[in-house]
Amino acid sequence: MSHERKLRLKTLLMVFAMMVCATTGDSLLKHGMTEIGPVSLSHGALFEALRMAMTSRTIWLAILFLIGFTLTNMTVLSWADYSYVMPASAIGYVAVTFVGMTLLGETVSPRRWIGVALICIGVVLVGQTKPSTSAVAQAVQ
Amino acid sequence: MIRTAITLAVFVLSGSAGELAVTHGMKEAGAPNRLRIKEVLSFLGRAFRTGWFWVGVPLMALSFYLLMVLLSWEPISLVIPASALSYVVGTLGAKYILKEDVNGLRWAGVLLVCVGVAIVAAG
Repeated sequence: MSHERKLRLKTLLMVFAMMVCATTGDSLLKHGMTEIGPVSLSHGALFEALRMAMTSRTIWLAILFLIGFTLTNMTVLSWADYSYVMPASAIGYVAVTFVGMTLLGETVSPRRWIGVALICIGVVLVGQTKPSTSAVAQAVQ
Repeated sequence: MIRTAITLAVFVLSGSAGELAVTHGMKEAGAPNRLRIKEVLSFLGRAFRTGWFWVGVPLMALSFYLLMVLLSWEPISLVIPASALSYVVGTLGAKYILKEDVNGLRWAGVLLVCVGVAIVAAG
């Protein structure tokens, strides 16, 4: 396998891991905060909400996945272009739409489908370019 | 209106600047040779010690704070789609500051993603 093909596969694998971590983390956070209920903005209520959030297993699991997202993002940026990773990770919007539709039974409007289609085409176009072009990254490799 | 526009501009610029600084820091830290736990942990140790990482974090924190301020002023259906501008600003920064080779194909992809995200985020 050529070096460029290996690099592209490694980069796309990391972007996929970022997407899984971010989508799972956000979904768990939403689930955990829904369990806590609506938070009012008074001092006492905010403190109570924070206490409940910090004792919720779901919230801690969400935080774990979001830390995973941050670390994966940092790692992939050590070799790949920012202008490659940033648009490619927008595929998360597509994942969230499918998760919402299939697992949560949400209705997806035709306008949203147009947005999802544009993101998919955009990600495919970006995916055709070289993942790493900056001088710093090449010097390191 | 002007207040919102200026805050939105600072929000997008600080967020993109923060991410570009972190990206530069990660390149300085040097990629792990292989994706093994030991080597990735060693890379993260180097990454947290780069100056650019600590330049980027407060800029991203400022951007997040401004996002919350914007959400308190304007409807979410305006603020979140407008934040999709970050894709264009970030790519400009990557091209002119990080010297990445952004060719026509990548620009086309970035612009489609930007419009797509704005449409999806508008709900």
